[in-house]
Amino acid sequence: MRQNVGHEFDRLPATDAEREVEGRPSRQAVVDWWADRFGVDSSVFDEYTFWEKGKGKVWALPFDLDPPVPVESLGMKFIRTRQEHWKPTTDAVQRFGGHATRNVIDLDPDDAAAFVAGDTTEPEWDGDWGYLVVRHEIAGAPEPIGVGLYVHHELRSMVPKGRQRDFRES
Amino acid sequence: MEALSRYESLVDDFEAFVESCQRPLPTTVRVSTIKGDVDRTVRAFEDEGIEVERRDWHPGVLEVDTSKPGNTWPYVHGWVHGQEEVSAIPAAVLAPAPGDVVFDPCAAPGSKTTQLAAEIEDRGLVVANDDNLGRLSALRGNCDRLGITCAAVTNRDARHVSLDDFGGVDAFDGAVVDVPCTCEGTIRKNPDALESAGRQSSRQMAKLQTAILRRAIDLTRAGGTVVYSTCTFAPEENEGVVDAVLGDGDVELVPFEIGLEHDDGITDWLDESYDDSLRHAKRFYPHQNDTGGFFTAKLEVRG
Repeated sequence: MRQNVGHEFDRLPATDAEREVEGRPSRQAVVDWWADRFGVDSSVFDEYTFWEKGKGKVWALPFDLDPPVPVESLGMKFIRTRQEHWKPTTDAVQRFGGHATRNVIDLDPDDAAAFVAGDTTEPEWDGDWGYLVVRHEIAGAPEPIGVGLYVHHELRSMVPKGRQRDFRES
Repeated sequence: MEALSRYESLVDDFEAFVESCQRPLPTTVRVSTIKGDVDRTVRAFEDEGIEVERRDWHPGVLEVDTSKPGNTWPYVHGWVHGQEEVSAIPAAVLAPAPGDVVFDPCAAPGSKTTQLAAEIEDRGLVVANDDNLGRLSALRGNCDRLGITCAAVTNRDARHVSLDDFGGVDAFDGAVVDVPCTCEGTIRKNPDALESAGRQSSRQMAKLQTAILRRAIDLTRAGGTVVYSTCTFAPEENEGVVDAVLGDGDVELVPFEIGLEHDDGITDWLDESYDDSLRHAKRFYPHQNDTGGFFTAKLEVRG
């Protein structure tokens, strides 16, 4: 087995059977996670290669490079793995969440404003607990805002501090 | 405005030029078509009570009547990037195709990088380099928010970037070389922009600019395109730099079209004369389009 080198981007193996670095997720597992959790068709990611830098952080790039790649960042931070519940990033959900067909929650304007401000809300939801694609309606169509964690009948906002905005009238 | 007096012989309506340099800039954004759509973005702004005016020459450039476009839903969704109108010129002139490998050696804070990514429809690779580690976080933040997947960010001296980090890539298909400059053209938003301006600082700056442009040309394939740009009026940093690399014999200056008022590049300045083809470059003065000042030249790498 090879070691995970923290400061370089290294390619994910295509499948678990081809794994050379202990604990590293496979490309197949990452794409399957989006299909299982959100119903995103795997073909959406056909052009993408996936990379790990740091333990468990997986990045997506629509280009093929020879590993390793010793750069500051490579593509989009896509999903956090190597933990019990894999967590998609805000960036990935904003970009690819439009393809999601399940575990998607639509918020009304008040809850959407609270969510993007970083606040916990209590919208109606009788689906799974766990990470959801959170959307609201803007300019005539739904649009993903980010990731919510639904547990104990509340929706916790995972919108990072720097991306939060408070549009509520005080 | 004293530092601008040396351009009196260059600018046709010098009075209008100086007067324009003293007015604040309109607020503009560029719609990033990776996540955004121009019509939907206009509607979303208008739903928030923000008036929008479209620019004819580039469908994605919008003037918005708010001083804080960053405090809107279209910004949160990564549909727009706050960007001065003329700064949208170089990536539009390069106009790379989906799948291309593109180089942005002086990338932070990412206006050009994110526009190049949109030009290639986020398919391919944009190598976004900046030597200033502190400015890389702004570059990465803008790429993240705009939903860009095709950018690789590096932190090198732009004069010495190599392709060693990118196994499998032999050369770039194109580059936007938007170099550090005396920034005289940003006077409308930075009132102290002219403090260190003058022939001496421009000549000093030109050495660095020439080295950065040469390196980008070296890394671009034969038949590829390199767009050189600055936000200064100084011929020493504009035509002078391009003239120096034309002398190497690896590139030629080619004409380009753009739907903005401009002057052609100049071929004589004080005691210097530049290659005739420099008239294919374009100078954008603030009073011509109600923008900042800008210079752009399009170079083709010889086969």
